[in-house]
Formats: sequence, C-alpha cells, structure tokens
Amino acid sequence: MESLGVLLTLPMNPYLEAELHRRCHLFRLWESPPARRKDFLRANAPSIRAVVGNAFVGADAETIDALPRLEIVASYSVGLDKVDLARCRERGIRVTYTPDVLTDDAADLAIGLSIATLRRLFDANRYVRAGSWKAKGDYKLTSRFSGKTVGLLGLGRIGLAVAKRAEAFGCPICYHSRTRKPNVNYKYFPSVLELAANCDVLIVACSLTEETRRIINRGVINTLGPKGVLVNIGRGPHVDEPELISALVEGRLGAAALDVYEHEPDVPEELFRLENVVLTPHVGSATWETRKAMADLVLGNLEAHVLNKPLLTPFL
Amino acid sequence: MESLGVLLTYPMDSYLEEELSKRCKLFRLWETPPEKRREFLRANAATIRAVVGNTAVGADAETIDALPALEIVASFSVGLDKVDLAKCRERGIRVTNTPDVLTDDVADLAIGLAIATMRRLFAADRYVRGGAWKAKGDYKLTSKFSGKTVGIIGLGRIGWAIAERAEAFGCPISYYSRSEKPQTDYKYYSSVVALAANCNVLIVACALTEETHHIVNREVIDALGPKGVLVNIGRGPHVDEPELVFALLEGRLGGAGLDVFEDEPDVPEQLFGLENVVLVPHVGSSTWETCKAMADLVLGNLEAHVTNKPLLTPAL
Repeated sequence: MESLGVLLTLPMNPYLEAELHRRCHLFRLWESPPARRKDFLRANAPSIRAVVGNAFVGADAETIDALPRLEIVASYSVGLDKVDLARCRERGIRVTYTPDVLTDDAADLAIGLSIATLRRLFDANRYVRAGSWKAKGDYKLTSRFSGKTVGLLGLGRIGLAVAKRAEAFGCPICYHSRTRKPNVNYKYFPSVLELAANCDVLIVACSLTEETRRIINRGVINTLGPKGVLVNIGRGPHVDEPELISALVEGRLGAAALDVYEHEPDVPEELFRLENVVLTPHVGSATWETRKAMADLVLGNLEAHVLNKPLLTPFL
Repeated sequence: MESLGVLLTYPMDSYLEEELSKRCKLFRLWETPPEKRREFLRANAATIRAVVGNTAVGADAETIDALPALEIVASFSVGLDKVDLAKCRERGIRVTNTPDVLTDDVADLAIGLAIATMRRLFAADRYVRGGAWKAKGDYKLTSKFSGKTVGIIGLGRIGWAIAERAEAFGCPISYYSRSEKPQTDYKYYSSVVALAANCNVLIVACALTEETHHIVNREVIDALGPKGVLVNIGRGPHVDEPELVFALLEGRLGGAGLDVFEDEPDVPEQLFGLENVVLVPHVGSSTWETCKAMADLVLGNLEAHVTNKPLLTPAL
C-alpha cells in the first residue's frame, strides 16, 4: 500500500499509526496547526486517497471537499456521525467502520455502569478511601440491579449484546427502535417515551443521526423518573445535556451513568459533585484487545481497497 | 412473640429493629458500653431466648455461655462464621441464616467489581472528575472482560449465580470446591492454586471455615499473576491481606475488587492510591430490597420458632 496517501485525523492508536506509517504514505492532520489546516490539505490533496478518522475527528464536508482524490474513509469507530455520509455517497467514496469487534466491550461497559450506578459502587469506593467507613459507619442502602427492567434504545449489535447480558441477571428486556425486530422476544415500545415509562434502566445504544439527536429530552427524562437510571454508551448528542443535569440536580431523575458527552472532553462540572452519577471518558471500546482488532480492521479494509478486493466491513 | 426476649447485637437494619421492638422484648447490645456488657447479659440472661446477629457481631462462645435460656440464633446474614456453631450444636440451640434472598445482590456485586476493576472504571471516573480528560487527553487502554476465564472458589448458591451471569459475557467458567459437582459442565480444579493459574478473574464465593481461612495465599496470588484480577465477595479472612497488599503494590497481581477485609472497617490504606483496586465497604447484600427480605426472614424464623412451626431457613 506504499503509494496510498492516508490522512490520519488524530493520534488515535500508536500501533495503527505505526503500521500506516510503515505501509502507506501517512499524513498526520494534527501536526499542522488548526489555522494552517486548509493549506496543509491543499498541499497534500493530490496524494491523499484515504482518510482514517474516529469518533472525535472524522471526515466532514469541508475535509472531503478539500480532497478531490479521496476514495475511501476507513473509520476507527462503529459510529459514523462524524463522517458526512451524504457527501461520500455523492462522490462515490467508500466508507468502512469497525462493527462487531467492539460490541462486547461496549455491552460490558453498559452493564458495568448499570450495576455501578444502582449500587453506588464508586461513591462507596470514595467513602472507603476517605476513611468514612471507620469514622461514620456503614454505607447507605442502595438499589438492586437483578430483576430490574432494562429498556434498550436501539436493538442493533450492541443493544442485543447488552440485552443478552442483562437477561442473565433476570432483567426483563424491552426496547424501542425505528422498526420492530422480528425473531426477538423482547417487548417493543413504539416510542421512547413509552419505553422510559416502562423500564427502570434506560440504555442508549442506537446510532446518532438527525432523528436521534436529543432523543433523550426533558419529557423522556421526567418519565424515567426519580427512581430511573439513564445509561448513555451511545453519543453525547443523544441526550439533552442541560436538561439531564437539572433533572439529576433536582432529583427528577434517579441516577445516570455517562460514557459520552455533547462536547467531549468537556464534561459539565455540575455533575462532578453528584453521588448518583458515574462518569467515564468515552472508554466504550478502549481495551487493548478491542483497539488492536479495530486497527487491524482499518488496515484490512485499506488493504482490500488497494487490491480491489471486497472491503471487510463496508458501510458505503 | 411479645414474651420472646431478643438480643440484637448491632444496629444492622432499622426496619428489623423496629419490628423486633414492636413484636418482641428487645435488648440492644450496643447500647451498653463494652466493659459493662457481661453485666448487661447476666442481668437479662433469664429473658433472652434469641440472638439476632450479623457479619459484624454474631454469637460467639462467650455470648452463648452467658445466655442459659438461649434457644435460637437468627443471623441477619448468610455467612455464619461469627456464630459458634459447635457451641450451638452442644446446647441444642437452633441457628437460622438468610440464604437465597441475597444471592442476586452478591452475584451482581461480583460481576460489577470484576468489570469495574478490569476496565478501571473507578479510576476513569476520578480522571474525569479531576479534570484530567481535558488537561491530559484520553484515559489509557484497559482490559476486556468478556471472554476472560472466570474461576470461582465455591460453587454454592452465590458461586452458581456468578457463573450464570459470567456465561452471558462469554466467559469460560472454572471452579474449585471441596468436591466436584456432577451436575455441571464447568471445569473443576482440585486445588485453588491450579484454579488461579488457569483463570483471569478469580472470585471468592465460599463459606468461611477453618479450612478456608487464607485460602487465597501468596502462592495463589502469584499463580493468578500480573494480569490476574482477584474479586473477594466472601469474607476478609479468606485472603492473606498483607500478602495481597504486597502483591498489588509490587505489580505481582493485576488488580483486585474487594468488598470484604480482614479487620472491617479497617482497610489497608496502601491500597487507596492504586488505580487497579476497587474497594467497597461490605455492601454485598446492602440494597433496600434485599435487606427487607433478610429482615423478614429473620422475623419469620423467630415467629416460626415461638409457634413451634418448622423454621424457614435453618442452618442448625
């Protein structure tokens, strides 16, 4: 692939970067200061035929327009909300992503966050570390996870994996998605509001599109209610963040676990003081095993592309 | 049950205490200063026919000897390591515990601790709350939980419930117990060291007896190794705590999720700074739902005893 010019948008994975550097002609977008980026792209446009982006910096319209020779966007993510798919379709640019390899990690995180939140494990952990167990006595009682109704927003690969795990805890499963899924025994609700009214733990596991932006709004949050738990392992923009914060502060929502935020890495500081909130820095797929598999998929897709073989995981 | 004199050893649950106060003749052991306890017991020995203890304060030989009218020990716990069972057998004293009702909570905690430890979720939460995500960039990569081999010490009710859950994460299950269980396909190891050498996550879920004291010793810890994770939801004395601390400080053990400690509420402070350790204050069954069920079991057992009916959950 030595003649393939690849634009890497961020230092997302040292192994991936090393391999791209070794095997292709690599351009590192972040090495040019933001003010000079347009020039940087223009200067290298003739060589750049591939973009490798991720959940933070993908391939937006401006970037795609600046690269007339772009043939393929190989995203180091399963979410494609940072790729201008319409533009790619127009230009006949191929798009690949990394489904399946990260499904387990994302589902593990959803369950881990659910248990940690209902059982207040991190607040209890802080209680121990602050010496309060000795000074003040036992930690307070919390809420059981097993047997609680889990509501899934989105029943794709990740949603199904979360459901399978939650079932082992005796959790009844219900879901909402654009269409009812055949061959699935879980209870379907035709709206997010009804889903929220009928579950104890609502887990966001759908893709981010125009339709799902702020799908978790004030109405949904209020319906989930003072005993309800929201777990977001989707995308920050799925949730109306200011509404979420006021609901948590005012006790209108029981608790929340968030792996994603509207403006990462900015996390609203009002959340830091809350004991009923768990915050993780977008680590849904951040394990050694999974990131290596994701990197290999990106490399495999680029390899297939230059050899004119079928792409491994094409989205477009 | 108004004539039943009940000695409550500890303010373990306010609902239980209220009910006992309402329905029986209640004596609160902790209301007497420790040095006056012998007198307190002697003064009320004629009336006290039942003891309700828990994992913190049970019914030891001294207490039992001081209560000649004692007929029943109804423990607010499933573990009976704080009850002198030999003495109870000698005296024909009945003993009840609270099995089953807390199985789910404890199993949930074991899985929650395993995921939280392997994925460093507590440290990641602290990373966000400390502003490091903005200041220093992404949190580091961690270890996948799904698919890792889970080794369980003790395949009783709780061990079994843990195995069922872990299976939903694609985790192969292996176990150690006093004898092999024919009704299961899980891989049996006849020694804890062999179990530890062949699993990634070792979970302690057996009863504490003479034989299982320090069952997790240096040899077992070393066999589990620098990539291994220990989860203890059993009893503190199951683990050689000083050895555990050294192993964690020296990197000979990969991580630990601990709900119990040798000398609660004392927790070794050398562990407080470690990212690969999650510490919670004996919250295994500490949910509203479960504590109510445990309290009702204790009350139900006492009720059955005074009405000469079969005890609900007799251990002796």
